Order: sequence, then C-alpha cells, then structure tokens
Amino acid sequence: MNEIKSQDARTDGAEGSQQFLTFTLGGEEYGVEILRVQEIKGFSAVTPIPNAPDYVKGVMNLRGTVVPVFDLRLKFGMERKDYDRFTVIVVVNVGARVVGLIVDSVSDVLDVEHDAIETSPDLGASVDTSILQGIARNNDRLITLLDIDRVVGESRTTLEVAA
Amino acid sequence: MQIDLKRFQETFFEEAAEHLSTMESGLLHLEESASDPEFLNTIFRSAHSIKGAAGSFGFTEIARLTHVLENVLDKLRSNLLAPSADLTQLLLRASDRLREVVDATRRGEPGAVPIDDILPELEAVLHGTQPAEAAIVATAVLAGAPHGELVYDVVFEPEREFFRQGQDLFLLLREIGELGEIVSSSCQRGALPALDDIDPELCYLSWRIKVRTARAAHEIRDIFMFVEGACRLEVNAESIVTAPGAPVTPTIEAAGRIERRASPDRRMESTSIRVSTEKVDGLINLVGELVISQAMVNQAVSTLAMTPALEEALMVVQRSTRELQEQVMAIRMLPIGTVFNRFPRLVHDLTVKLGKRARLEIEGAETELDKSVIEQLGDPLTHLIRNSIDHGVEDPEQRAAAGKPEEGVITLRAYHEGGTVVIEVGDDGKGLDRERIRQKAVSQGLVREDQVLSDDEINSMIFAAGFSTASVVSDVSGRGVGMDVVKRNVESLNGAISVQSTPGKGSRIRIRLPLTLAILDGLSVQLGRDIFIVPLLSIRQSVRPEKDDVKTVLGGRGEVFVLRGEQLPLVRLSRLFGVGGAVEDPQQGIVVVTENDGHRFGVLVDDVLGQLQVVVKSIEKNYRKIESVMGATILGDGRVAFIIDVAELHRIATRRRVPDEDVRTSEAAASAAAQEEVA
Repeated sequence: MNEIKSQDARTDGAEGSQQFLTFTLGGEEYGVEILRVQEIKGFSAVTPIPNAPDYVKGVMNLRGTVVPVFDLRLKFGMERKDYDRFTVIVVVNVGARVVGLIVDSVSDVLDVEHDAIETSPDLGASVDTSILQGIARNNDRLITLLDIDRVVGESRTTLEVAA
Repeated sequence: MQIDLKRFQETFFEEAAEHLSTMESGLLHLEESASDPEFLNTIFRSAHSIKGAAGSFGFTEIARLTHVLENVLDKLRSNLLAPSADLTQLLLRASDRLREVVDATRRGEPGAVPIDDILPELEAVLHGTQPAEAAIVATAVLAGAPHGELVYDVVFEPEREFFRQGQDLFLLLREIGELGEIVSSSCQRGALPALDDIDPELCYLSWRIKVRTARAAHEIRDIFMFVEGACRLEVNAESIVTAPGAPVTPTIEAAGRIERRASPDRRMESTSIRVSTEKVDGLINLVGELVISQAMVNQAVSTLAMTPALEEALMVVQRSTRELQEQVMAIRMLPIGTVFNRFPRLVHDLTVKLGKRARLEIEGAETELDKSVIEQLGDPLTHLIRNSIDHGVEDPEQRAAAGKPEEGVITLRAYHEGGTVVIEVGDDGKGLDRERIRQKAVSQGLVREDQVLSDDEINSMIFAAGFSTASVVSDVSGRGVGMDVVKRNVESLNGAISVQSTPGKGSRIRIRLPLTLAILDGLSVQLGRDIFIVPLLSIRQSVRPEKDDVKTVLGGRGEVFVLRGEQLPLVRLSRLFGVGGAVEDPQQGIVVVTENDGHRFGVLVDDVLGQLQVVVKSIEKNYRKIESVMGATILGDGRVAFIIDVAELHRIATRRRVPDEDVRTSEAAASAAAQEEVA
C-alpha cells in the first residue's frame, strides 16, 4: 500500500514545486500551501462562541466579516499555551469560507520540490494522517504539510456531531 | 476599445444556468405536456437564448450543441416529431451534457467536455424520422425553394406599452437586417399624437419591412419570440426572387432613422443597471464598517474636550453616514410585485382544478422590500393563497346560495406601515369555522373542553403546529402542515402573522415584516465580559428583580420569575451559553422580559447597556449555526457580539427545563468550556 502511495506522490511531483507558509506548534514545524493563506494577523481578542468545542476559540472581526478562530494546538490535542507576542492568527481560505488558525509563530515561506514531499508514514491507528498532505524534508528540518481543507473541513463535521 | 468581456460572460453563465434549469424541469414533463405549444415554447426559448448568447461570446461548443438541441425541440414544437420516453431521455442527457459544457467553459476549459458523441445521436433523431423529413421539405417548398431567396413582408406593430417591458426595438429591427437584405422599410407614424400629447414612455410607431432572405419564415418569427405578447406580427412570403440585382433601398438610412427614434427610450433603459448582489453586499458591508468606525470615532472623542466646531463636524459625519447607509440599503430593495406576479397564474390554475371561480386583485405591488426578504416570501404566500382558494372561497353554487357573486375575490395587498411592510392575503369566502377549530383544538389537546377563548384566540389556533381543519384532505392544501410552517417562515424573517375572520364574509391574514433583514434594532446586554444583542422587537420590558421575584422549581432545575403575579420561565443566559463571570444573584442583574409566539419569558442578564441599531452579519458563512444565536454584529469598539434568537432561545430554554441525561452532559460541557475561557 505504502509503496503505491509514494509512487503516486512522485508522479505528482514531476510538475515542479509548491510554496508553503511554515509555522510552529509546540516545537514542531508545519506548513500550509501559501495560496490558501489570505493574511497573517497578530493575536487579538476574540469573542468566545457559546458551547463550542475547546479548540474553537471564538470569532473575530476581520474588516466587517465574522471569522471563526481555531487554536491548532488544541485542535491537534497538544498542550494549551498562553498567547504571547509571537502568537499569530493565520487566516486561510477553505472553499468559500475564511477561517483563522492560531499558531505559536510563523517561520517563513518555503519552496518545496514535489519530489521532496513524502507521503506521511503510517503512524498507527491512533494518528489520523488524512489531514496531512505529506512530510517535507528541507535540509535537516522536517515539516508536516497540512491538508487545510481536511483540517478545517473535518473540524466542521466534528462540530456538527457535537451540536 | 477594450471591453471587459469577463463581466458579461459571468452574466451569461448565470443566465445559462437558469435557462438550463428551466429546460430540465420542462423536459421532465415533456411527454404529458408536449401538446401544449406554450410549454414547448418555454423549453425552446431557453435553448434559443443560450445558443444566441453563446454564439456572441464565441463559445462554439455550447452553440453547436444548443443548435442541434434547438432543432430537435423545434421539430417537436411543429409536431414533426412525437415525444417519447426515449426522446425525453436523450434530451435530458443532452441538457446534462450542455450543463457540463457550460461549467467547463466557465472554468476556462471549453474543450474539456466532449460533445461529439451526443451530437450524432441528436442528429439521428433529426434526420432519422422519414415522415418528419418529408414534412420539413414540404414546408420548405411552401416557403420557397431551399436555395432560392424569398422576399418576406414583415409587419411589426409593437403595443403602446412595449418599452415598459424593457424591449429594445432597434435590436429587433437590426436582427431582421442580419437575416438578409432589407428591400424596403417604412415606419408608420400615423398613430403619433401631437408633440404635447406624447408620452415618451409609449411606443406609437409600427414598421413594415421587406426583407430578402433564404431563411424560413419561422426564423423571422423567432426574432420576435421574446416580444410575442407585446406586438402584432405578420410575416408573409411575397415572391421568389429571380434576379439577384434587385434594387435595394438605402437600408442604412432607414436604420439610422430607427436609431434616432429609438434613442430616447434607450436612454430610459440605461437608467437601471444589472449589478451582481455580491457587489451590492460588498458595498453594504463596507458602509456597515463605516458606520461602526464612525461610532468608534464618536466613542473615542467623547473623552476629549469638545469644541463646538468638532461637535458640529461629528454631527455632520454621523448624519451623512446614516443617510449613506439608508441609501445603500435601498439598493437591495425590490418591489414586492416581483413575487406577486406569479400568483395570477396560481389562482387561475387552482380555480380550474377545484372547480371554483375566483380572481386575484393585487394592490401595492410597487411596495419595496429587501431582496432577501422577498425571496423567502414566495412559499408562505403561495401557501396562503392556496388556502384561501381551497378553504376560503366556496363553490359557485354555495356562493350564489349565500347571495354572493359566483366569482370570489382573493386580495393581495402590500403597504408600508411605520418602519415595516404589511402584506395581507384576504378572501371573501366563508371565513374560519371557529366552532370546528375549537373542536379540533380540544381533540388535539391544545385547549381544555371548558376553556373560555376569545374569537382571536380561536382564530390564531390555525397557526398551531400540525393543525388543519380541512375535513377532506385535498390535493391542494389541508395536509396539516400548513399555517404553522407559514408562521415559522414569517418568524424567521423577524415578522409577525395574524388572522382576522368574519363568518360568511371571509378571512384576512396579515403579515408584518421588517423592511430588511440586514439591520435590526436591538438592546445590548452585558453578560460577564461579553456583550449580547437582544432584538428589540421581542422585548416587552426590563426589570430588576426584587428579593422574592425569582423562585426555583423542580428542585432547583428550573426557575420562574414572578412579574405582577404572573409566573414566567426564567432563562439564565450565562448558564445556557456557558459564560463565566456573570451575575449569579438575580437581584444584582436585570430580567429582560421577552415574548415569543405569545409566550412571555424572562432572560436574566448582568446589565442592560442600551438600545442600538446593528448590522446583522452571518456566522454560518464562515462557521456554522450557533444554537440560540441568529447572527452576529460588530460593536462600536470593533468587537463581535452575538444576536440572540429569541424564538430558539425560548424553545431550548423550555426544553432544557425538563431534566434528562442530555441536558446535564451538555451543561457540563458548557461550564467546562466556560472555565477554560476564564483560564
């Protein structure tokens, strides 16, 4: 199975490279496709949503539009961390929706050759790898590339289940 | 000159999607309705419109497919082809394919969807039917030799009201010119009144045009397809042209004359433009932002020492902003006639179906309402009109026996009242049967046998869920899901519904609606550190409770607020929403008495901050529906505040007073969330 998957990744990769915005979450490095990123904002107060799951921090006013803000640490089941001056909200487009993602800090924009993206290894049944686009190796950095549609889309279904 | 084609293309795609839907729903009824020429015309017109527009944009794939499709439909229309299940299937497949091609073209990949497989199938239908083929040839011969040319005498007399429909004469006339050569054209000005008496909005002219062309007569008629109802048209073949060098009268001059005559009306046409709602909403958003920023400035400045000049300037800004907002909101306003217009047909069809006689009288079709409100009015109004005809208006015999004219009258009125719009659906039928409603209500356990009810109270029973009095469940209405759905629809538009009825004289349903859904008068309330907005429409009063006003019931699971001897359920908003740091002792807070559906209940909040007008923003757009919240708004300081959905709050609050496992777990989750928030 795995072999077939990685072969697929390689054939895709023939097309060239992709740019990713990278950010950190609890010492780990993650990336989202740069084309999906609308803007990056410093953390500012959000209005909490009644009875929402803990990772849904609330909604913010983005120039007149009401945008939900998700804490990616909590979303991924990591430890809670106080927001500080490095805390950043990455505003991404998911389909027609606009969503803010709270991350520890943003690092840089990285050009990743398709060849350098590896299908995420099978991490066992306890880890849902479907939200991962793959893992990129850049020198000695290991960057987990997120499939943002799945990250946010999946959260929508969990929300609906919770409701 | 560079023209932004993209914009026009977008319009084309939108319209094409509409036409495709029309076509599809038409094709689904093809077999049973094929004998109705108007029915086929509708489908044909859709195909024709797509073809025409696709051609002018150079979308050849779309044009090719619609062309063949149109030909098949044309044959059906002229009875040269019989409808069959197979044919319906083929046409549906073709329209599906067309949709795919249109979508692909929209994506910018016009060649992505092949049509070469379906074209031959359609062609086969066109040519495969021998008798039809013969018939086509016969008409062709009638109209002239296939390759010869004919001179057609076209008489075109538009009705006086022609321009009111937004028709463009010049385009039509020019299209004739494109079919062939104009041999002569004359404009009849006989009907033109003296200059002082001219109404520039009316059309006084008519034309007689001779055109030489190899095309068939129906192709000339097709040009006028969209104005059929608004003109008299004659197309007669005159003679077969033998010598090609026949004298041609100066067509350009004629066209020029037409253009000059048409120009005043063209200018009138351009006084309205078609703009995408997206753009308008963008503008409304921006103005909403401006209103907020203006409030922020006011708030910020209020701490400073004001000079008269500054105060004056602020006043002016505030006034202009408010006016600007009103003007911009007005863009979204449409006359309610856009939804009323579909009802004459409904009344006609229903009366025929039910063997009754009734006519529809419409008043106030020009009353303006927000587009989004209008869009959601169609269903409830349809239902009310159905009810009026089905249950209200009696059979002609019964009416005659009651001394009424045999033809019933359904009235549909709209008018402004205060800051709201009132819509009334009335009939002069038999009125509500209060005795039967009462019996039914008793049998459904809605009221006790011995309960004394006023007429109004009985009337309003028809809005209760699952209530229907029709003793015979008719095909038209009376399935029991009627008025309660209408009521819910109206309430979802922040409106109210009521009914008046006089036995033997008829009933009248009154719907009162806000002008727009986008702005709402609200009361801002404090809850912990958060601010919520309660719609003013549902607030009756606000009271600070005295010591013994709040009592617990069900061992503390429920609470009631005693207001002048009346016991109202009390909702602690902070508990329901899991807001931390809110007032616990009711005496420290305020009870906002709200009313929903005739039921009053109290909502405990920390404090009442003030009354304000808020711009309603969607939460669902980027997130999902939040329970008991109808939307959000942005406050003067830029923060987001949620607007309470009083109806839902009432439903949930009364449901939650019943203790069960579910409630406890979700409340636990809520308070856990609240603690996290504090942390």
